[in-house]
Amino acid sequence: MNTETLLDGQARRELATMVERVRESPDRVAVLFPAAARRVARGAGPSGDPDGVLGPTLEDLVRLELLRACAGVLTPDALAREVADLYHHGDSGERRAVLRGLAVLDPASAPVARELMADALRTNDTRLIAAAASGPATDLLDAHAWRQAVLKCLFVGVPLADVRGVPERVDAELVRMCADYADERERAGRPVPDDVHLVLGHSPPDEPTEA
Amino acid sequence: MRIFDPHIHMTSRTTDDYRAMHEAGVRALVEPAFWLGQPRTGVSSFRDYFDGLVGWERFRSERFGIRHHCAIALNPKEANDPRLSGVLDLLPRYLAKDGVVAVGEVGFDSMTSEEEKAFRYQMELALEFELPVLVHTPHRDKVAGTRRSLELVAESGIPPEMVLVDHLNEATVEMVHASGCTMGFSIYPDTKMSPDRMVRILQEWGTDRMIVNSAADWGHSDPLLTLRTGEAMRSAGFTVAETERVLWDNPVAFYGQSGRLVLDEVGPAEASATFSGNSILRGQPEGDTQ
Ligand SMILES: [Zn+2]
Repeated sequence: MNTETLLDGQARRELATMVERVRESPDRVAVLFPAAARRVARGAGPSGDPDGVLGPTLEDLVRLELLRACAGVLTPDALAREVADLYHHGDSGERRAVLRGLAVLDPASAPVARELMADALRTNDTRLIAAAASGPATDLLDAHAWRQAVLKCLFVGVPLADVRGVPERVDAELVRMCADYADERERAGRPVPDDVHLVLGHSPPDEPTEA
Repeated sequence: MRIFDPHIHMTSRTTDDYRAMHEAGVRALVEPAFWLGQPRTGVSSFRDYFDGLVGWERFRSERFGIRHHCAIALNPKEANDPRLSGVLDLLPRYLAKDGVVAVGEVGFDSMTSEEEKAFRYQMELALEFELPVLVHTPHRDKVAGTRRSLELVAESGIPPEMVLVDHLNEATVEMVHASGCTMGFSIYPDTKMSPDRMVRILQEWGTDRMIVNSAADWGHSDPLLTLRTGEAMRSAGFTVAETERVLWDNPVAFYGQSGRLVLDEVGPAEASATFSGNSILRGQPEGDTQ
């Protein structure tokens, strides 16, 4: 996604200045990251969702550029520390941007990515849950954690179509979990979310390949 | 009637309150950091509290179509607890955040030197972060506490228009009016102010720099007393414009000085109407069951 084309001239210049500052002195990101929305841009991104559940918002995309700038100048370990710091000190908007930017991390930093996704998936904030479940870093979750992530999305209303790994990663255990959930809803006389069929309609191989 | 509640502790309130507030016309609010009704024992409790103010509470509020902002500070009461002095070091990181529109509540509780030190230091932070300040005036010894607060504000170098002095009453309105600071009144069921007393104050002092809040929290309080005050103003002959000045324009002008107010209506997507069930409004809330 090209962030530049989504921004007007003034915002592009402001972003370029911030990126330059981060390249010169990556510690500055701690201050620039929270200021990104009010200084550059905020609001719905290409998904049209101003809440950032269905896809990154403008401020997410701006913050992703700052993460990329960090990745360009920091060692993989320092980058992982900075990313974890930005998440743990972030407000919900900053955290969502970090979750959408986990792909900047080195493969060796996978434990950090897992820790941050696990933290987000424990919350009840749909914006954080969606961001944690929709990026390529989701591939790092083991089968159990990933199934729980999918079920959580179903439970809180994050559309399953946006969840990374649906349907290719669906296995028999996830089908069972979602079928049980649908059954529980039906018995309670409550509607079953339509998108459960993205899992239930997918027939996985007989033997689950992941334990 | 469009209402901005400039001082309310939603962390202590229920989703029924959010719903009722939206129905009453509340579209935006500021939740200042305060104490929880019982003392915290460590800095990390504050960190979790501040994280909630810039995270979960903002999310909760938007589900009900209300824009949530907050003020961040070490409150006067807990400024006296040596276990919590480290909270002051946490503040800069939060004061940099979107939606943090003031430093507050600062001020006095028991008029101690620790309270004064924290008050002064946090006014320095407000200057550094170019944020307005919300000053809590004490319940006990209110007149002396308010006077001393105004002296400290004057010494700090913060312009009076950047300062809101809150929880005022008939005894303290005059000196704050003279100071040039914005005047806040907390309309509370038993203590503090009532809508009728508030109307009399407005009749005497006018509506400029006047702000009304519910200060609703975990105590006996009512988040709709902002609306009730607006109704009392209308019955007493104030115009719609005068009423809106007190309930919307004045708090927007005051906190707008932060440059960080977001006041556009919460869109249907954010308020969840188009989402297939989110964690609060629909489906099963994931609350105490997990
Ligand atoms: Zn308060």
